[in-house]
Parts: sequence; structure tokens; C-alpha cells
Amino acid sequence: MAWTPAEVRGWLDAVKDPEVPVVSVVELGVVRNVLVDGEAVTVEITPTYTGCPAMKVMEDEILACLAGHGVTNARVQTVFREAWTTDWMSDEAREKLRAYGIAPPQHLGDPGLVTLRRHAPVVCPRCGSHQTLRQSEFGSTACKALYTCRECREPFDYFKAI
Amino acid sequence: MTEARAQAATAAGVAPSGPTAGVAGNPLFEYLCRLGDDRLVLGHRLSEWAGHAPILEEDIALSNFALDFVGQAAALLKLAGEVEGKGRDEDALAYHRDENEFRNLLLVELPKGDFAFTMVRQYLFDAFDVLALERLVKSKHEVLAGIAAKALKEAKYHVRHSGEWVVRLGDGTEESHRRTQAALDELWSYASEFFLADGVDTAMVAQGIGLDLPSLKAPWEITVRETLTRATLTVPNDPRVVRGGRLGRHSEHLGHMLAEMQILPRSHPGAQW
Repeated sequence: MAWTPAEVRGWLDAVKDPEVPVVSVVELGVVRNVLVDGEAVTVEITPTYTGCPAMKVMEDEILACLAGHGVTNARVQTVFREAWTTDWMSDEAREKLRAYGIAPPQHLGDPGLVTLRRHAPVVCPRCGSHQTLRQSEFGSTACKALYTCRECREPFDYFKAI
Repeated sequence: MTEARAQAATAAGVAPSGPTAGVAGNPLFEYLCRLGDDRLVLGHRLSEWAGHAPILEEDIALSNFALDFVGQAAALLKLAGEVEGKGRDEDALAYHRDENEFRNLLLVELPKGDFAFTMVRQYLFDAFDVLALERLVKSKHEVLAGIAAKALKEAKYHVRHSGEWVVRLGDGTEESHRRTQAALDELWSYASEFFLADGVDTAMVAQGIGLDLPSLKAPWEITVRETLTRATLTVPNDPRVVRGGRLGRHSEHLGHMLAEMQILPRSHPGAQW
């Protein structure tokens, strides 16, 4: 039996980020490459943050997912190039984050635009208000910052643009 | 470690720590251990703040920094183990080397002190780290360049955060100013070790893998002096040069830290969660 990389990618869509269980490792951009050589499958992943403790869980779950599809010769390899960026996240994944209560990352885009973008407000995922306040750049996980909405008064996580 | 103890350790066949240490062996392994150990030791020191920081937000921030540094250390030590080719992985290097085999800067092993001490140390290191990583991104060693590119993103928000704290504390109350100045006076000479190059560095520069440390001194000083001035702090006039960490000659503090950091895997070898 032989699989196509696209097929394997499709399976991996079922593997979610354990800390953000609405987006998959594929949507997140953590899966960089899928290599199929006969019966052997190699999945290349890149860390969101070098110390992200969820990476090990994702690795284990990718292997479990592949095993579930009958791949016995599977391995996960960590690559650092190119360095992960939130810009790889699709609009669909961003909308899933928002619906889950996490403000999605702003687009970093072209480096020349960074300064302009930094002033764009983080929108409250709950009520859509632009009147939000950053409480702390560092939040519940490495990838999130803590915000509060001044209108609906709810605290929320913002997925930092990096 | 005293000179006598260092010599005794060498005589006993433990890692050599003379001026040519590592050059005869594998300079790349040595180099990666230096980069990894700085991060491992600093990351551990930062983790000591978990549950003890002055405010909750800062507790989380410092734990976050610790996570970044330990993650970077894991990647670098994993690579070091592969380069060495003796079957040691990142855990073996982190948990099963002794004090005189660690290659970190003395600055990072000093006890965490008060919050001002931690932030001044952090800022001095972060300002250096950004400059160093910007150069390592261009390393001819592809994996090292990749790790550096990833770490650089993290170093940039580290230096912004620690720099903001140095200004806030230095230009804060009389008490915070006094403590921040005292920390700076104590730490300044330790920063001199950032820029000392030896045979390992020369070999790495020659191969296009490593960076030219002495060339970072001038840009580092410009950045740091500008921040310290904004913080109303006085730049110490301290000509002392502190060295030893790169050759495994450490202060008395590292051994105590390692005892705590290493006890679990050493007491229960091969233990799994």
C-alpha cells in the first residue's frame, strides 16, 4: 500500500493543538512537510516556540494518528527552517480561534508594515469591540498574551503575532 | 572551583579545562555546548522565580522566558550530541555532566538575587543575545542557523521586556534605583566574558560557523549605555575581566544549582513520566 503526501496531510487535520484544540497541526503551520518513501512516512514539524511543551504532545499524537491509518514505519522530525510564523495560519483557522474565544493573530505581513500594524487594535473575540487593553504580553501559554475588553469587561487570550 | 580543584579534576581524567580545551577535541561540539549551556543555566535560574515573582504577570513572563531558554538549550544540546556522535542526547548532556563540564558564562549561573538583579542580568544578556543570534542566523551550519533564526524571534521580545524593566526600576523609586544600580555594579564585570574569544571561537569563525565575539562589544555597549542612561543609572567604571565559564571553571554557585536541577534523573536513571 502506498499513500500520497496529500492523503497523509488530510489525516493529520484530525490532530489538534492540545492547548488550542480547535485548530489542527496542519492549519497551525506546524506540519511543514510530509515525505512518503514506500511504506515509510516522515512528517517534518517546526516548533511554534522553541520551548513549547505542546510540541512533544503533537509529535506523539501525529505518530498515533499515522499508526491508526496503518502506517507502521513513521517518524516525526523537527526542523527549524523556516522559523514558524503566525502568518502561516489560514483565515479559516483564525476564524476558528475567534469562535473559540481566542483573538487571532494580526498579520505581520511585509516587514515594512510591522510598525503600522502594531497599532491596529486587538479585537475582542466575544463582543467585537476594539476597546481592548493588554494586561500582560505573557499569558497562559507561550503563544498568547492576556487582554481585557473594556466594553464587555471579559478577559481573553490573544494569539500573539510572531 | 579553585585552581587546585580544577587541576585535580583534570588529573582525575575529567574534562580538561586548560586554555586549549576543546580545540584538540571537537570545537563544534564545544561551541554548541557553550551556546546551549548559557541558555540551560539561565533558563533554570529564571524558573526559580515561578511562584515567587513580585506580581502574577511577571511570574508568568519569567516562566515564559525560562521555557524559551530551556527550549533553545534542548535544541542546541541535541545538536551537540549528534555532532559528538557518542550517543548522548540533550538529556544526557543536561543531566549527566558535572560542573566542570558545563561551558556557560559565569554571569548566568549567579543566584537570581532580587528582582532588580534578575532583570539587570537578563537585560545585559538579552542585549548580547540579539546581536549574537543575528550573526548566527548567517552561520554556514544550516541547523545552527535555523535554531538561531527561531531563537532570535524570542530574543527580540526578551530584550524589549527586560530593557523596559531596567528603565522602570532604574528610573523608579529611590529604593528600586538603589537596588538596580547595586545589581549593575555587581554584574558589569561579568558581562566582559561575553566578548572573550579563544581557540574554539577562532576555529568556528574560520569555518564560517561561529561569530566574531570581540566585534559585538562596541554595538552592545552602545545599546546598553543608551538604556542605562534612560534608566538614570551610572555605567560602572569597572575594568575587571571575569572569565572561566567557557573552560569549565565556575563559581561555587553552579554546583548547587546543578544538584537541584539534576537530582531527579540521577536518582532515577531512565525514569519515564
